[in-house]
Amino acid sequence: MTPANVPSADATPAAMPSADVSRGDVPPADLSLADGARAEVTSAAVPPMDATRAAMPSADVPLADATPAKVPLANMSSGKTILRRAGDRGWLIECADRRPADVAASIRAEPWASGLREVVPAATTVLVVAETAAGMGELAAGLRAVLDGPGAHRTGPPPGRRIVIPVRYDGPDLPEVAERLGLAPEEVARRHGAGEYRVGFFGFAPGFAYLDGVPESLRLPRLSSPRPRVAAGVVAIAGNQTVVYPGGTPGGWHQIGVTTTRLWDVTADPPNRLAVGDRVVFEAVAP
Amino acid sequence: MTVASAAPGRRVRTRHRPPAPGTGPEPAVLTVVQAGPAASVQDLGRPGMAHLGVPASGPADRRSFRLANRLAGNPEDTPALEVTLGGLAITLSTTRHVAVTGAPAPLTVDGVPVDGAPRLWLRAGSVLAIGRPWAGCRTYLAVSGGIEAERVLGSASRDSLTGLGPDPVRAGAEYGLGPVRPVPAIPLELAFSVVPCGGPATVRFRWGPRHELFDAADRHRLTTTPWRVSAQCDRVGARLTGPPLAIGSVDLPSEGTVRGAIQVPPSGEPIVFLADHPVTGGYPVIGVVTDADIDLVGQTLPGDALRLAPVH
Repeated sequence: MTPANVPSADATPAAMPSADVSRGDVPPADLSLADGARAEVTSAAVPPMDATRAAMPSADVPLADATPAKVPLANMSSGKTILRRAGDRGWLIECADRRPADVAASIRAEPWASGLREVVPAATTVLVVAETAAGMGELAAGLRAVLDGPGAHRTGPPPGRRIVIPVRYDGPDLPEVAERLGLAPEEVARRHGAGEYRVGFFGFAPGFAYLDGVPESLRLPRLSSPRPRVAAGVVAIAGNQTVVYPGGTPGGWHQIGVTTTRLWDVTADPPNRLAVGDRVVFEAVAP
Repeated sequence: MTVASAAPGRRVRTRHRPPAPGTGPEPAVLTVVQAGPAASVQDLGRPGMAHLGVPASGPADRRSFRLANRLAGNPEDTPALEVTLGGLAITLSTTRHVAVTGAPAPLTVDGVPVDGAPRLWLRAGSVLAIGRPWAGCRTYLAVSGGIEAERVLGSASRDSLTGLGPDPVRAGAEYGLGPVRPVPAIPLELAFSVVPCGGPATVRFRWGPRHELFDAADRHRLTTTPWRVSAQCDRVGARLTGPPLAIGSVDLPSEGTVRGAIQVPPSGEPIVFLADHPVTGGYPVIGVVTDADIDLVGQTLPGDALRLAPVH
């Protein structure tokens, strides 16, 4: 094998960006395809899609003549809950007024959930992926029974554990956050530490848990320019959400503190100390 | 260091030391002579952890990967090498069967062409080199017994999006080999891989979950455009170029995504999600490539033409 056999310029790692080669551990920052991943940063705080569109069942969508093939009934919308087909093995559930975390917990509690490969709660949806493509209609029926059946709304899932995370409120962005909010830094820390947050879902990066419930008085848009790499344990806020960074990711949130509690450790089993649905409180510790 | 003292599943770094008397035979090792532009260790990945933000990863062309392991006598999820655009050369410290599948590429053993054989009996010390594929882009190399690589979250797959898994394959890297396994006696001419070649590849997809957000003209354009794979194509996804869809920017909260998802960012040029795709995305997914055809997309190169055909 000579270097001449190595691909020419149009196929070098620069043109075919292999993160393996070029980025090491730094996730999507410079990856050309990272829009989707980056959208995690930008879209998490976006309000839900307007209700009429979200609730629009597929059968009501007229198809213009320009479409050569009739779009198949990809969504099964006979019941109250909308299921949207997501590939050969997937259903995307619109949760409407229910918390995706609760819906995911209800699904996982079913005996047939062992036949599911993934149950992925997100901002307003839960994605369910089966192990095989056989029986997708049956799966839809099972999901409907969980979501719309008798008692579906009465027997809520367990409320989640309560996790206390000690935080040192001395983050690099704290002075600027305080100034922009017109508060003293100590008051920002006090208000952040006074709230109870709920683990909404994981996304953007392994172990990146979106915690909902930042008080109105602390809400700020994200940084205009994200930092390329944020260390594990950094506590940050953006919009109505707060996060404890898992480590090794870029980050566009305001860093107000740090915790020594390790919430994500890929060498541990399980790697996550937080689970969807858990309630989280932060406890200020002296710097 | 002997095999017995190496932690199972861990990459062993101190090899080639002559065994001390009485410690048994020298361990079996694969040594990377030349790494090529983008080779990585893969197994069947980390499915089932998307709810923790962990991509499934795994081979970009799962069918060819499984075939390589079967030919080598291994269970299908045994760690093996995914070689993108060739350029890899390896040698073994012990004689073993090796299987080469996926994108067909010039193969040489000690400089002598051995093209066309999906399975070779590679002698200790000989150098097997994989050149740039004639068609497709990802070639798989499995060794009987499998290679030993670090497992993270239960998998030896290198995830290019998150950095989880073993380090990228570099020249000089050494991987222990598992116990040799008998290889199946099958007609090797039946062991072929599917890669795009010649005219446009037809890739089937299923509408949804968000096709309703697109108007009829956009849906028509998706299925009639001769798309080309852009230079922005890697293990995360393949961006397609062509007349852009007109949907523009959509306020869609992040939602779970699957391999094969055809996501449409505001630019209107679709991206097909591959092995290392992010677990959630904020752009609408107009359709999802079928399980049967997504491996074909994992073999496409910049410039390759493909058509998206809806299934019912």
